[in-house]
Amino acid sequence: MSYLLETKDITKRFGGLVAVDKMSFGVKEGEVVAILGDNGAGKSTLIKMISGVYPSDGGTIFYKGVEAKIHTPMDALAVGIETIYQDLALAENLNVYSNIFLGREKTKKKFGFLPVLDHTYMHNESVKVLEKLDIKIPSLKNNVRTLSGGQRQAVAISKSIYWNAKVLIMDEPTASLGVAQQKQVLDLVNSLKDHGLAIILISHQMRDVFEVADRIIVMRRGEKVGDLIKKETTTEEIVNLIVGSELVN
Amino acid sequence: MQSLAKRDRIDMLLKIGRQWALIFLVAELVFFSLMARGFLSLNAFQIIFFFGTAIFLMATAELFVIITGGIDLSAGYVMGLATIVSAKLIAAFYQSGMDSLSSIILGIIITLVIGLIPGLINGFLISHLKVPPFIATFSMLGICHGVSELLISEKAAKNLPLLANEIGNGNFIYFVNGGGISFFSRPEVPRGVKVYEFLPNVVFISFVFIAVFAFILARTKFGQHTYAIGGNKDAAIRSGINVNRHIVKIYMLSSFLASLAGVLYVLKYVTGKADAGASLLLDSIAAVVIGGASLYGGKGTVWRTILGALIIAVLETGLRIMGIPTFDKYIIVGVILISAVLIDQFFPEPTYEE
Amino acid sequence: MTSSLNQMIEESRLLKVIARNWAFCFLISFIVLFSFTGRGFFSIVNFQNIIHLSVIAILMASAETFVIISGGIDLSIGFVMGLSSVTAGKIIQIMFNSGNFSPAFSIFIGVSIALVVSILPGLLSGIVISKYRVPPFIATLGMWGITNGIALKICKGFPVAMLPDSLTKIGNGYILYFKRGDGFSFFGLPYGVGNDKIREYLRLIPNSFIFLIIILLVLWHLLKNTKFGQHTYAIGGNEDAAVRSGIDVKKHIVKIYVLSSFIAGIAGVFNVFQTGIGNFTTFGAMYELFAVAAVVIGGASLMGGKGRLIASVIGVFLIAVLENGLLISGIEPFYRYIAVGLLLILAVVIDELFPDLF
Repeated sequence: MSYLLETKDITKRFGGLVAVDKMSFGVKEGEVVAILGDNGAGKSTLIKMISGVYPSDGGTIFYKGVEAKIHTPMDALAVGIETIYQDLALAENLNVYSNIFLGREKTKKKFGFLPVLDHTYMHNESVKVLEKLDIKIPSLKNNVRTLSGGQRQAVAISKSIYWNAKVLIMDEPTASLGVAQQKQVLDLVNSLKDHGLAIILISHQMRDVFEVADRIIVMRRGEKVGDLIKKETTTEEIVNLIVGSELVN
Repeated sequence: MQSLAKRDRIDMLLKIGRQWALIFLVAELVFFSLMARGFLSLNAFQIIFFFGTAIFLMATAELFVIITGGIDLSAGYVMGLATIVSAKLIAAFYQSGMDSLSSIILGIIITLVIGLIPGLINGFLISHLKVPPFIATFSMLGICHGVSELLISEKAAKNLPLLANEIGNGNFIYFVNGGGISFFSRPEVPRGVKVYEFLPNVVFISFVFIAVFAFILARTKFGQHTYAIGGNKDAAIRSGINVNRHIVKIYMLSSFLASLAGVLYVLKYVTGKADAGASLLLDSIAAVVIGGASLYGGKGTVWRTILGALIIAVLETGLRIMGIPTFDKYIIVGVILISAVLIDQFFPEPTYEE
Repeated sequence: MTSSLNQMIEESRLLKVIARNWAFCFLISFIVLFSFTGRGFFSIVNFQNIIHLSVIAILMASAETFVIISGGIDLSIGFVMGLSSVTAGKIIQIMFNSGNFSPAFSIFIGVSIALVVSILPGLLSGIVISKYRVPPFIATLGMWGITNGIALKICKGFPVAMLPDSLTKIGNGYILYFKRGDGFSFFGLPYGVGNDKIREYLRLIPNSFIFLIIILLVLWHLLKNTKFGQHTYAIGGNEDAAVRSGIDVKKHIVKIYVLSSFIAGIAGVFNVFQTGIGNFTTFGAMYELFAVAAVVIGGASLMGGKGRLIASVIGVFLIAVLENGLLISGIEPFYRYIAVGLLLILAVVIDELFPDLF
């Protein structure tokens, strides 16, 4: 099967520093690719080029084999690439379904001419998407402020799924979560995979990566130094690749 | 089981505590009914609303701005400017030979349109040039104050049509003792027959507008986006909301309501005054905060703000009927304002933990 | 466009100095401009006048400088000043008119009590802000109403008059009185010269000037050279970091509002000396807002962590010279409000356009 999203020789320079150097990789539908690397290895720069935050200095991004011109975050969203940032970008003072529909609220005509928010529709649609992903939240009418970190993560993910995300980029989704909630989020990632999404996961937690990833890409100093199938590798090998000491045993 | 019952009790107490403003208002009404002779009458309540129109409108204006996390210091002087502009326009039209009603209506409409300009500039400075709301609106306060004084210094507005006064102090419904209702105009009745007056025109007009804006805030996309911007501006931007344009609209809305308050002031008092709304800054912000909004944005509803404004308006009228100088009002409003935040912290919103 | 301008300024040292001190450059250019347009603008008498009339605004701006650097705002200072003024006025009035006390003693007691009273609003605001997490805007706006109401109650809505003459003699006096061919005297007209001849004398260095310099020196030292000042900047810059560095932030914030309120109290007392009566503050005066304006024009940020006392003083003078110059040039005084508004917007926009410079 061919890649859903693929980069070819994608490069980013900051002045004299080459943050990402001719990086090529791809992710298939229903696949979780984890990107690992030390601080400053170029992981976030890579992600930001794909999600349109940084324009790239060279190379190409392909979506379904066709070149995708991504210059702004809106371009990426239009293609179907959604990014879940660590800060989640939720309006905490609004309830769950309002956040899922934020900016794209559904309205209905009252008295035939007055556009008002269609709360019932938004609520029911949100219930559907949460059920599909097997996410449990007490009531969708609760403000996001009252939710736990794991639930908030779930809301942010549901939002992108509802709006037809095909590629999901997750930046450290389990950082700043408790153990039980980390488990929930990882379960959610597995369920997203079953729904055919292509997922790019950035994480420091080796345990998380080994739990959900199908493939592991290791970056060092802006370059790809390893692209391994999870089942065929070990934690030790990965660590060695990250720190750059390929031990000759 | 017992701990559950206790928890329910605490939840109950919290629920009641969050309605403290309503409880306070009722207590206030009871207090003045006992202490102020003649307070408990339809007339006194109409007076409360009649004198309160400006507070209600300005508080609603301030509410929208505060929900987005901003502040509008200029509203009071935009109102002042509107009183002068509308008084001058109406007088000028009237003197140029136009009939009373058309000169009033035309004067008011033009004033309301002009009244959008300060808000437009405020909004542009705040959203596009990133001037802090406090500074931008204070500058606008100065500019409106200056322009008002200039306009007055040229020639005071005189000879407004009598009709202005009739509208401003008239009522929506008149009810004649012994049968008969008339709308808008006082019925001609023989001496000794009592005419009951319901719903002062200015109150009617302001509440029509307040209801419209309450609807917009609670039920429409525009309202939803207002809350979203106050809650998390980044999230709003990333969700594709045009935040800059929305903020311009919000300050124009505030400026519009302030101008409306100014126009109604002219109808009531048949004169324009640069500082007509100067003392309303404390009152309007206090009303919004008493109504549970936060200066950090994202919170607040129109009806709760009106509740807050009502607390102040009742206080003012009650003290006046009791014959206590209004100096005390400032002290009491100041104390309530600070207490409001403290009480809200004491009764936090419930949080659901797993 | 702005980026190339930024670059140009970056490259030229002179431009950099000008851009950084634009408020001062504006001040100088206003002075030059009004020297041409306004007769009698460029004179010692007029400059002394400007300083004398700016004392209250400068005190207010100094108070606001400390608060704004700490990341807060104090809206109550205008009415605290009124409270202090009527308190001092009322006590002096009662003691002086009872006939049992000398003017000097009455003044001393009145002033002392007013200064002590003026600490209270700041103490309350500070506690409410730091301990109970009420936003400074709300706490001090509440105090705005409370102090205004109390001041009005004390004076019953009328200025407190019938105070000793010596107040204005001190408040509006000069250090040096000089008449050609007649020698000079300190602190008052030469003995035996009537007040009607005062115009014949050249009066130099208003007493208020010395008073102002002393207070400013103390405050400048406090902000610039002491731990207190350093902590003020630290709290405004990053409150969390300040807490973690072991600064008692809550206590410090209380101190800042007390200081601000106290300075406003001094302004109130000065007001009694200047006008000879105890004045309540009117709504239209907006001392606090003009003070904030001056501080921001001086380059401070409402986000906190930034600001200089001298710059705030320049901010006040910029407004004062503008007002005085417009007046002397025969321009309608109402334009001053507009001018101040525009100046303020300009200040922030300049700050926004060249973030690297400040």
